[in-house]
Amino acid sequence: MADLRTFYNEMLDEDGGPRPPYATLAKWLEDKPSNFLTKKSRDAEMIFRRLGITFAVYGAEEATERLIPFDPIPRIISAPEWRRLSAGIDQRVRALNAFMHDIYHRQEILRAGRIPADLILQNEAFLPEMAGFTPARKVYAHIIGTDLVRVSENEFYVLEDNTRTPSGVSYMMENRETMMRLFPELFQTHRVSPVEQYPENLRQTLESVAPDPAKSTQTIVVLTPGIYNSAYFEHAFLADSMGVELVEGRDLFVDAGKVFMRTTREPKQVDVIYRRIDDAFLDPLTFNPDSMLGVPGLFDAYRAGNVTICNAPGTGIADDKAIYAYVPDIIEFYTGQKPILNNVPTWNCSRPDDLAYVLDNLEEIVVKEVHGSGGYGMLIGPTASKREIAEFRRILEANPSNYIAQPTLALSACPTHVASGVAPRHVDLRPFVLIGDQVRITPGGLTRVALKKGSLVVNSSQGGGTKDTWVLED
Amino acid sequence: MLGRTASSLFWMSRYHERAQNVTRLLEVGFRGAIISHAGQEDGNHWTFSLSCSGCEDDYSKKYDELNLRNVAAFMIFSKENSSSVRHCLELARNNARAVRTSITAELWEAINTTWIEFNDVNPQTITQERLPEFLAWVNQRAHLFRGALLNTVLRDDGYFFSQMGNFVERADNTARILNTQYWTLLPDSDIVDDGTMERYQWAAILRALSGRRSYRFAYPNARLKAFNIAEFLILRTEMPRSLAHCYDWIADTAEDLAQFYGSREPSLDLAASISRELSEKQMREIYRQGLHEFLTDFVGKNNQFAHQLCEDYNFA
Repeated sequence: MADLRTFYNEMLDEDGGPRPPYATLAKWLEDKPSNFLTKKSRDAEMIFRRLGITFAVYGAEEATERLIPFDPIPRIISAPEWRRLSAGIDQRVRALNAFMHDIYHRQEILRAGRIPADLILQNEAFLPEMAGFTPARKVYAHIIGTDLVRVSENEFYVLEDNTRTPSGVSYMMENRETMMRLFPELFQTHRVSPVEQYPENLRQTLESVAPDPAKSTQTIVVLTPGIYNSAYFEHAFLADSMGVELVEGRDLFVDAGKVFMRTTREPKQVDVIYRRIDDAFLDPLTFNPDSMLGVPGLFDAYRAGNVTICNAPGTGIADDKAIYAYVPDIIEFYTGQKPILNNVPTWNCSRPDDLAYVLDNLEEIVVKEVHGSGGYGMLIGPTASKREIAEFRRILEANPSNYIAQPTLALSACPTHVASGVAPRHVDLRPFVLIGDQVRITPGGLTRVALKKGSLVVNSSQGGGTKDTWVLED
Repeated sequence: MLGRTASSLFWMSRYHERAQNVTRLLEVGFRGAIISHAGQEDGNHWTFSLSCSGCEDDYSKKYDELNLRNVAAFMIFSKENSSSVRHCLELARNNARAVRTSITAELWEAINTTWIEFNDVNPQTITQERLPEFLAWVNQRAHLFRGALLNTVLRDDGYFFSQMGNFVERADNTARILNTQYWTLLPDSDIVDDGTMERYQWAAILRALSGRRSYRFAYPNARLKAFNIAEFLILRTEMPRSLAHCYDWIADTAEDLAQFYGSREPSLDLAASISRELSEKQMREIYRQGLHEFLTDFVGKNNQFAHQLCEDYNFA
């Protein structure tokens, strides 16, 4: 693991010269007057505000709709770098789907002793209701957002697999649209792989897993919890760009094992539901009985094979933080190959030896909640104060099995527009993957950037921003 | 189309229309307040604004004094007053947001920008000097919304439901304003020659329904007269806020819906019958029946139509 002080700078090499993919951009940046980016940032903010590209921050009293800061300097990935990344992602998502099919059927991987059975069977994210059921094409997670970080020229690590309802893809698309409006000249001097095909690919993917793929037209819907959800803009964006209805639970009902939507005229049967609500809220009859968001009887209709739910219920087991450490084994077990992308070494605090090591090294490492997300409830040792560490130690000791820990990675940094001009800031990357009749990976993804100097937390809920991500063509 | 989408388009338009109507009532109150004669209780003008928007009781529960600051706070910015401009704009936008996929980018930007800019306004800065300019801004934004809707939206069922919302609200607003002031519109009022009070009320009613100038064109040789004003605002189809005009539009839209879906629902017949009734009515007949009774009956029928529409098309 690299030292934090010697992070990998994606634009500049050790001598301060630009790396090849950034050569043209670096020159362009140098030639611009100092207030140029400030003005462009303001233009971008205007565009985002007017289009209503916002997200909600939970726990914030006022201003529930906020903008994610947008950094106008693109992040660039070369064609060979992308080929290796996408091969690794492809391998990983296939293995994870094979894993889910296995644990909801014969559980070979448990019989082979590669994963402790308890870790699966006692896991809250494991849905016994899914046992024995085979979804179309044996695909469980149709939409995956693989979180990656880079630590050196050739080393990428997978941080999380996000196999439930990954969000952010609308930012990938809108960031690109905005960049094309702000800097048309840059698109003439760079061969940037397009991302605009994503909605069409998503639609193809969803159609390919319909209960009866032979039907000439499939009725697809996007299921949202409603306008107060943090990712509502994205739900509307996806429905709109696919040309399908955006529905809430109350718009759907189940009759005779089939799912219908309530229209102004006759009810219309639904074939595929791209749901953006959690498992627990899907169907009050099967899961959380208090859910107001779900559709009573939906799960039975699903098990009867009359509707496809994407992602399938129970996919949370594949991105559970306790399972994460076993993903390299999962890849080997189902593909017979070595993993192409690295896993971050992980200590499982439920194991006494691991816990002891973690407690001794809190200043050096990152500790995360097993079921946490969004950067809440985590400790980043090297940037935390003594008091924060002492406080976290108490919480960790009280409930160790709720935590995992990882070494602090020296995240790579990209040139970013800040108050003083342009400076390196740490980034991660979430490419978006679609799995149906084939695996489709959109070249690019969402780059999140920690805007505070030295910060490693890129989550938008913690003040992180986003960048357009360019994969260059050969 | 989802029933919920139809409902959201209907309410999006209704709340936008309402925001504009409330704004106009405030303009009338403001005008009255600044030109009132010395010694005259200027609170009367605000009473007109409050009672016509149906929030007089709620206001008096909250405030003791009738003045610009309080009325503006309550009718423009209040989160508690369900017919404040703020509340209407917020609900209009929430409804638009819920059906973003069914409205055009132009329409969404018109609504969203209004809401963003409205929220940036600090209520403390809306003093007597700035109020007219601010109200004019809200009014213009509402026109922009309607312009974007008329100019960019596909003429399908979604458009038809938005028109229904717009004109049900407008008819309701006109009928309620007339009904609140019906006693100044009785034919007897004309006898009280040059009654300053009545003149003021008539002008206020016409202004509140943006008919002050067009009245002059509709009745070129007539001074303000109760009979004409009532006829103008109830029966004259060329007046865009008259009850007859609203139901002309609603009845036409009902025909469009019937054609679009290839079937007739009870609400469409109801619209046609209300429209026919208005077109056959004479003002004398309405006075004979009783103006107050007629208006009360109309508000009820208008509501009944809206309910039937919701039922026929599965509004969620």
